[in-house]
Amino acid sequence: MSHRLHAAFLGLATLLVAAVPAYAVDLSITCRCVIGGVNSAGAEWITKSVIPAFTAKMKAEGKDVNVTLNQFAGEDAQLTQQQALDFSTGAGSDIEGFDGFLIPSFAEGGLLKPLDEVAGPDVDKWEGWSHISDGIKAIMSYKGKIYGIPGGTDVRMIFTRKDLLKQAGLDPDAFQPKSWDELLDAARKLKQAGVQYPLQLDAGVAMGEATTMQGYYMAVLGTGQSLRDKDGKWIVSSPGILDTLKLYKTIYVDEGLGDQRAQLLADGRNQSFANFRDGKTALLVEGDWFYRSVTAPGSEFAVKDRDTTMGWAKMPAQKPGAGFSGQDFVTISGGTGYVLNPHTKNPAEAWELLAFMNSKEQLDEFQKYQPGIKARDDVPVPDNPFLTQTAATLLPLTTARPNDANYNKVSEAIQRMTEAVVSGEMSPEDAMAQYKATVTGIVGEANTVSL
Amino acid sequence: MRQFSLLSRRAAVLFLVPGAALVGVFVLFPFFWVILVSFTNRTLLGTTAVSPDFVGLQNYINLFNPTSFFARGQFGSSLIITTEFVLLSALVGQALLGLLLAWLMQTIPTPLKRLVETAVIGAWILPEVVIGFAWFAFLDYDHGTLNMILTSFGLPRADLLLQQPFWVIVVFNTWRGAAFSMMLFNSAFSSIPPSYFQAADVAGATSFQKFRDIALPLIRGHVVTDLILITMWTFNVFTPFLLTHGGPAYRTELLSIYNYRVAFRDFEFGKGAAVGVVIMLINLVLALIYLGIGRRKSKAEREAAAQ
Amino acid sequence: MKLSGTQFLSRIGFSALAAVLGALFALPLIWFLFAPFNARAELGLAIPNPFTLSNFTTVFGNSLAIHALLNSLVEGIGGVIVIGVAATLAAYALSRSTIPGKQAATYVLLLFSSVVSGSAAMVPIFLIISALGLIDTQAAVILVFSGGLLPTAMFILRDFIDGIPRSYEESAMVAGASPVQAFFDVALPVIRPGIVVVVVWAFVNIWGGFLIPFILLRSSDQMPASVAIYSFYSEAGTPIVTLLAAYSLLYSLPVIVLYLFVSWRFGFRFFGGIKA
Repeated sequence: MSHRLHAAFLGLATLLVAAVPAYAVDLSITCRCVIGGVNSAGAEWITKSVIPAFTAKMKAEGKDVNVTLNQFAGEDAQLTQQQALDFSTGAGSDIEGFDGFLIPSFAEGGLLKPLDEVAGPDVDKWEGWSHISDGIKAIMSYKGKIYGIPGGTDVRMIFTRKDLLKQAGLDPDAFQPKSWDELLDAARKLKQAGVQYPLQLDAGVAMGEATTMQGYYMAVLGTGQSLRDKDGKWIVSSPGILDTLKLYKTIYVDEGLGDQRAQLLADGRNQSFANFRDGKTALLVEGDWFYRSVTAPGSEFAVKDRDTTMGWAKMPAQKPGAGFSGQDFVTISGGTGYVLNPHTKNPAEAWELLAFMNSKEQLDEFQKYQPGIKARDDVPVPDNPFLTQTAATLLPLTTARPNDANYNKVSEAIQRMTEAVVSGEMSPEDAMAQYKATVTGIVGEANTVSL
Repeated sequence: MRQFSLLSRRAAVLFLVPGAALVGVFVLFPFFWVILVSFTNRTLLGTTAVSPDFVGLQNYINLFNPTSFFARGQFGSSLIITTEFVLLSALVGQALLGLLLAWLMQTIPTPLKRLVETAVIGAWILPEVVIGFAWFAFLDYDHGTLNMILTSFGLPRADLLLQQPFWVIVVFNTWRGAAFSMMLFNSAFSSIPPSYFQAADVAGATSFQKFRDIALPLIRGHVVTDLILITMWTFNVFTPFLLTHGGPAYRTELLSIYNYRVAFRDFEFGKGAAVGVVIMLINLVLALIYLGIGRRKSKAEREAAAQ
Repeated sequence: MKLSGTQFLSRIGFSALAAVLGALFALPLIWFLFAPFNARAELGLAIPNPFTLSNFTTVFGNSLAIHALLNSLVEGIGGVIVIGVAATLAAYALSRSTIPGKQAATYVLLLFSSVVSGSAAMVPIFLIISALGLIDTQAAVILVFSGGLLPTAMFILRDFIDGIPRSYEESAMVAGASPVQAFFDVALPVIRPGIVVVVVWAFVNIWGGFLIPFILLRSSDQMPASVAIYSFYSEAGTPIVTLLAAYSLLYSLPVIVLYLFVSWRFGFRFFGGIKA
């Protein structure tokens, strides 16, 4: 072989080695996030901050990693399907964004494994755990095992349009109903003042989980109950459920205080946001996401002069002191986080990336894209009075969804029950009877209770 | 009638191999999996994902449970909605409208025929997501084209997706699928020798008489094929989901959408599989009925042709 | 003449009726002709003022969405080749051989395929593809579409071939051609219009198909247009009307071109039709 050819071969070989080092590790992240679309902030944070920083950090440690983000553009429920299929066969990304309430059913099905089982003892040594409260760890836990790192949590409240409240002769800055009656009275006054659909309390099948969390739960907690009793039995028939359904009936059927169409149509939730934006709705029960993302300046449902027009109030119990745990006001929190794919080929590196994503440094970085309540107590909400105030006021009052593999299906039964009432198709009594039958069918009679 | 084979058995088998392999792996295997799973309580999530139990006919019994059968959002109510939907949008809508369009195409001037055909076929070939979005915009309560037209005629706005969701999907599916029947009948009509019609013209027959007495008897075989295919397709059609998500209050939840919900929202594959099997059995019965009618008629057709 | 007078009138009536029906069919689609060229499109129908291509500029800036059109093309063309070849061979064999039970088999397969198109069968299909190691590949999408569409393609084509006189091949074979030669040289050219119809039908189905690629693909850069179109939804999950309309037009263009080409070149219809 001539020297020149030999040299060329050598050169080629070095090139190949340089391009594909033997220890290069491919990692991928999936989240329901699309740059310029759904959860754009999350996608931008991962691609612009997490990935370059992590690659550089690993490079400094002498490891080459190649991280890609799969931007999932479908709906939440579709991502759940995909994850269920993937985790059952070994497909999917190494790290996936995951909604906490699905942890129990995935864990029961063997589709997810506790973090330390996937990535070993490194997990327990992570510095971040000491900065996350047990309550927040519970979001991504099941039966005492941690399945993912929670990213943050949220709280729910009544968002108000101060301009409309003023128009109805209510004091916009001091507005705080102390009972359902006061809330309804305010809605009636708003209606008289020409506000078309004063109150929005999510209902119906089309709104999905939003109906359960933003609507039904916020009401039923005000009657002093939750979905299950202290022994973990599902409450299938009770005065609290009935009162909640009657509240819905008052709002949507009897007095037309809310936009009935928006509860029933496929794109109704967006319609309800548009109502708020357009000044047709003055009181809307939602999570802080509504502030962080939906009505943020530049977004589709941005509220004009938001800082002056938009306010918030706590959701009152049915009567003072009658709420869950004897509270005067109620709220509920959900939360999401990231899990490790139990079949990941590079568990050590995947864990390293997951921990890196949840390092103080990276979460501080995230706050620049979209400030929110983060799981870590050493990551403050940056200079945002709204989030700071709501978190301080509402987090002490909050409760969480039941950590139960059947929750998903019961939640669907709830959505159906509310839809039957707000459409005027059934009386609250009949809807509750149907709910009882459905839930009994899901969890078995022994796990239900009537109050 | 026995025909001698133009293709030896061995060559025929070779010709069949690629198709059979694909069908075997991607149709037969999934089919039998579905049948098998329909007798278990397999789910995707929860404990029964790991160790499903054999439950015999329980899934089928639950589907036909009389206490919940007719409740909204249950199998029975979906079955009724779907049956009406197939009758109205496939048999009456697509087949009759397709027949009418095809018959009109025989006589109208070519430029007009091209235009009409393009509109009808356009509705059929455009991608589902695009069509769903187009109708969504068309029916929008506040700004949609339909309400714009209605108000410009001084009529009140129609809130069809809420008030008449079932009729919306019937009209939608008729609109979406009429092209297939039209094309099928179009070619069926053009396969009839023109001399048959010329004779009728001389006798002074009206268009309707020609259609009823000459064309219809000759295309009965095509009608049967058309009905088999569009019935099956309509039973399985999922596109209305893009318009209504099966709502409001499950009023447009067709079996295909119900099945999707059971299998992919509740992740109950055992139950979902049972629904799939029942849909197939219904299709089987309908196909046999159509074929029975077709066989009787095609005898008449042959006798007519022999005269 | 009285007779031709009524015929003339009825012809005008027919034309008017056809025109009305055609207009009704076009109505829901008219919006799409305008919205893509409107910078501030709403769901309402409005003549663009000013006429703009800015929506297309934005859409072309979304490299994933543009790449998705290419993926759709790969899936469509790949699927069409597999289906075209497999269905033609199989349909010809079923039509021209004396394999027992072939009539019933075609119907049974048709029914089976209807079950498999339902959502319950997505699990076994996912499991097969996963066992073959083809998750997140275009090959997976092509194969699954081909399998699912084949029974109907065979059903349509077999009927078509049944309608072609056997004398064509018989005379070729009398002249000394082997059956396989007779198929390729004599039958195939005659069957071609039927194949075109099946191929167009299959292409349109694959091009618009959402569930199969959605379940089998994972990477953003593998997604076809039917899935990628959902990236034109806003933060809150509502369609960004202007971009969605522009992308929809781009996404629809290939099937429109295909239709125009086929109808110009072959005449888009079922030649001889299919009948039971």
